[in-house]
Amino acid sequence: MLEIRNLHAQVEGKEILRGIDLKVNAGEIHAIMGPNGSGKSTLAQVLAGRDSYWVTEGEVFFEGKNLLEMAPEDRARQGIFMAFQYPVEIPGVSNTYFLKAALNAIRKHRGQDELDAMDFLKLVKEKMKLMDMDESLINRRVNEGFSGGEKKRNEIFQMAVLDPKLAILDETDSGLDIDALKIVANGVNALHARHRAVIVITHYQRLLNYIVPDYVHVLSNGRFVRSGGKELALELEDKGYAWLEEEVENVQTVKS
Amino acid sequence: MTTATNTIEELANKEYKWGFVTEIESDSIPRGLNEDIIRMISAKKNEPEFMLEWRLKSYRHWLTMKEPTWQNVHFPPIDYQNIIYYAAPKQQKALNGLEEVDPQLLATYEKLGISLKEQERLSGVAVDAVFDSVSVATTFKDKLAEMGIIFCSFSEAVLHHPDLVQKYLGSVVPYTDNFFATLNSAVFSDGSFCYIPKGVRCPMELSTYFRINAADTGQFERTLIIAEEGSYVSYLEGCTAPMRDENQLHAAVVELVALDNAQIKYSTVQNWYPGDKDGKGGIYNFVTKRGKCLGINSKISWTQVETGSAITWKYPSCILQGDNSIGEFYSVALTNNYQQADTGTKMIHIGKNTRSTIVSKGISAGHGQNTYRGAVKILKNATAARNFSQCDSLLLGDKCGAHTFPYIEVKNSTAQMEHEASTSKIGEDQIFYCKQRGISAEDAVSMIVNGFCKEVFRELPMEFAVEAQKLLGVSLEGSVG
Repeated sequence: MLEIRNLHAQVEGKEILRGIDLKVNAGEIHAIMGPNGSGKSTLAQVLAGRDSYWVTEGEVFFEGKNLLEMAPEDRARQGIFMAFQYPVEIPGVSNTYFLKAALNAIRKHRGQDELDAMDFLKLVKEKMKLMDMDESLINRRVNEGFSGGEKKRNEIFQMAVLDPKLAILDETDSGLDIDALKIVANGVNALHARHRAVIVITHYQRLLNYIVPDYVHVLSNGRFVRSGGKELALELEDKGYAWLEEEVENVQTVKS
Repeated sequence: MTTATNTIEELANKEYKWGFVTEIESDSIPRGLNEDIIRMISAKKNEPEFMLEWRLKSYRHWLTMKEPTWQNVHFPPIDYQNIIYYAAPKQQKALNGLEEVDPQLLATYEKLGISLKEQERLSGVAVDAVFDSVSVATTFKDKLAEMGIIFCSFSEAVLHHPDLVQKYLGSVVPYTDNFFATLNSAVFSDGSFCYIPKGVRCPMELSTYFRINAADTGQFERTLIIAEEGSYVSYLEGCTAPMRDENQLHAAVVELVALDNAQIKYSTVQNWYPGDKDGKGGIYNFVTKRGKCLGINSKISWTQVETGSAITWKYPSCILQGDNSIGEFYSVALTNNYQQADTGTKMIHIGKNTRSTIVSKGISAGHGQNTYRGAVKILKNATAARNFSQCDSLLLGDKCGAHTFPYIEVKNSTAQMEHEASTSKIGEDQIFYCKQRGISAEDAVSMIVNGFCKEVFRELPMEFAVEAQKLLGVSLEGSVG
């Protein structure tokens, strides 16, 4: 579904990603872990198409199409969803209105009819139950005055409604207490499906107690330094990132 | 530069859709202004003596006045001797119906999307269309006449209802009021007149479409609406102008009078030509609009959506004279490219228990400058008067400006005043968030702007609200940074 080849990217002239390779198939859950500044969020932003991030080398294919040539809204319409680390507030626009506009833009792109208000409301109510959300949230302005937990829950709720093929969760666990974390994780697990792939970006292993990944990749200094199964996350929890970074340095020293 | 800013600029550079000129022979008078010109205008309209006297009185007073400079707008000096003060489509015989109207004129209206025929057949809107200076067609007049409602051009009112005109003309905006209103009083060529008799609820929205066509023609129209005891009327005004290089002056006067228990709702969607993206051309819209709640429990409500004009300078105001009377002002003003707007309201509380509400939404994009200027005055006898004001500004991009000048004057200690203000910006992160959900930048901006204006749009009659939303979309397409 997603194939990243030798991806290099810069932010403000500084190279952050230095050769990422990754293959993600439908139905898989990948976790990308790494210390602060390793390039985790940059990878997410590049995949979503944020324009302050410059790709200097490499290719990304999504379902065989060149992702890097697509505008952010086209990527979204093709089925890529990113849950933001810091969801944005949009004053004056109700959550319902926002979500309906998004859903219908995506449906239109897929050649489906726009949902009318009744069908939309039915869908929304069903997904709210899934996320254990208070109904009043849907009538409030997008993320305005939401607590940190409510914002993150709202992201997953949007994901549930928009039904993406590839979901990228950018540090969705940050700032959540354990109850909120469980709710968010349950939501993600409930959305686990054969047609959908999920990339979970996280600093801590904690979230992976609830969302169990098929693969774990460790990012350091803009490169994957190790990939493995879910046990890799536990190992990291024990030893910390320093262990891997030292190991990499040693390898490099030996090579040189 | 970011994509978002680019999009904003693309939107800002969209062409003015209504910039066509209708080729009709125009009957104009020579350029310039003097007493002879005024006599000529008055004579062309067969006006009674009192009208000519009033015009001359205004003109003489105007000569003693200076153009105001306190407003926060900038423009080169206007040469008042280089303006044609009267232009009428050449076609003087009286019309019996729409069939007799010049088909080219009707085609122009159709381009504007207000086909009179359509309107007559389909909707409950009676249109008094002002083309340049003369009212060319008035629909629904007969139907309204059955209820005693007078809805006609100002010229007709002067001829057929001189008593009403004489009684109320200048009773809200005196001929000495301000430079532009005084000029209008001297040279106004036509406009709309509306009289709702006692106890009548006008069953349809009354509507005027103003359109400036002939080049170099200042348009000075005048509207007078009188709502007798216990009556109700909702009045719509819409404006467009063709594209021109010269700036054109538009100095209108609107007077509203509400007697005991009467209600007037006045809605405007203003879409005059704003000039091109470099600030060349466009209409100067210097308008005096004022309503007087003369009777007890009366109510006047102004709603305006201002998207056009190179310069907008207007303050639809309410004089709350009757006890328990209510004044409302809901405004959306949008400036893009090099547009300037200095707009707001005055609420003058004279009677007891008078209440006023002000909701002003200013949107600035491109190099636009948007100023809210509002005055709330509570006079000595206005016991228990209340005012609520809310002024919000929305900025798109980093080259525009928003300014707020609220003036408050309270002479009665029982008054209650509330003022809320906010300034916000459509940020790149908001646009990206919307895009990541599949919403295009244009739709995102229009969604955010419409959300911002919701409280005002809610006050507009249905079909107008739709038009206003579309207009904002057209005027803004892409303006984000």
